[in-house]
Amino acid sequence: MFAHIVWLVLRKDFTIEVRSLEIAYTTIFFSISCVLVFAFALVQEGRAPEGGAAGILWIAIAFAGTLALGRTFERERQAETLRALLLAPAARPAVYVGKLLGIIILLTAAEAVLVPLVALLFQAPLFAHPFWLVLILLTGTIGFAAVGTLFAAMLVRARSRDVLLPVLLYPITVPVIIAGVRATATLLEPEVDTGVLQVWFALLVCFDVVFLTLALWTFEPLMTD
Amino acid sequence: MLALLATLLRPTSGTIRYGDHAAGTRGAALRASIGVLGHDLFLYPELTAYENLEFFAGLYAVGDRRAAAATALEAAGLADRGNDPVSSFSRGMRQRVALERALIHQPRLVLLDEPFTGLDDASAAALGRRLHALRAGGVIVVLATHDLDLAEGLLDRAVFLRDGRIVETVDRPQEVRSMYREIMSRRAGRSGPPGAA
Repeated sequence: MFAHIVWLVLRKDFTIEVRSLEIAYTTIFFSISCVLVFAFALVQEGRAPEGGAAGILWIAIAFAGTLALGRTFERERQAETLRALLLAPAARPAVYVGKLLGIIILLTAAEAVLVPLVALLFQAPLFAHPFWLVLILLTGTIGFAAVGTLFAAMLVRARSRDVLLPVLLYPITVPVIIAGVRATATLLEPEVDTGVLQVWFALLVCFDVVFLTLALWTFEPLMTD
Repeated sequence: MLALLATLLRPTSGTIRYGDHAAGTRGAALRASIGVLGHDLFLYPELTAYENLEFFAGLYAVGDRRAAAATALEAAGLADRGNDPVSSFSRGMRQRVALERALIHQPRLVLLDEPFTGLDDASAAALGRRLHALRAGGVIVVLATHDLDLAEGLLDRAVFLRDGRIVETVDRPQEVRSMYREIMSRRAGRSGPPGAA
């Protein structure tokens, strides 16, 4: 039943997004613009600053993620459909997981555009270790989205939700973003230190486990007024 | 009040009992027996009427959700518009879909907040007939409304509220509008917008 509810919520969000493409377009165009601005500011005479690509990639992911989270829950607020989801006898953590998976898929789509763009503009060998890159992006995205989905759902009825979401989200997810940046920067070094990479990856997995557990544990009581 | 009954809010004091059960101990099981039509319609405008109904049938674990959605569309009188997005519907049509959404899992308790809003005369009469049928089928209907004329003949018990407090309870009320005026005129010295449930 849990998996069925997750699937229903995910399929519903996917159907709505395919019809409107509103969040996908805004998220992807915003993140592309972000990378382009950094590229014009930092790349001088065809040379990118050392280690800059990793930071800019994760900044773009974090900004795009915040935008996607806000818009996703704004959609649920407009017709108060989040209340309808909470009124159903379905397990509320299943609703959370359904929304979370939708955000992760959306961010993965944005990353599929961002990674080649950053690799091109910053001459970063991001595709030298594709397996590690996918693992780092996936674990970082899960950690960021796990906290973001919880906060965005909590703030959906708050008047100043657009201001509060980044104010609450960034301080909590800083460890994930730092670990993601350091792991990606390690990947970009000429000689990849696998030991260091494994440490950052293990940290990302730890953050994911902690954030997901806390979110699943607290979603139901937090969503009941 | 309806949010409390729907288990969306926790009472700051006291408990709400549903037969032998309290909301705190059997939240999900209770919610399976409750249908809610709020002032907001709880419909996704980008989805078709059929998709909305099928989605909510799935959330409420209705056995054959496709058949349930088709039946609900028939009951709403919108079988021929089932594949149109809800955003293309008039307020009255949305209200009819929303009512069937609230009833799709055949709840025992139905909570309706201003269900006559946006309905034309024919739709309001159809809703009245639907509420009569629900009552005849043993469903408990709690209706919050300011449309006292439309509620005439639908009520087994009228509870008049002022400032969120019960001021009068009348069984089998007749001429609700004049009764309401009389009750409120007795409390004319007090302030606040009155309502009836």
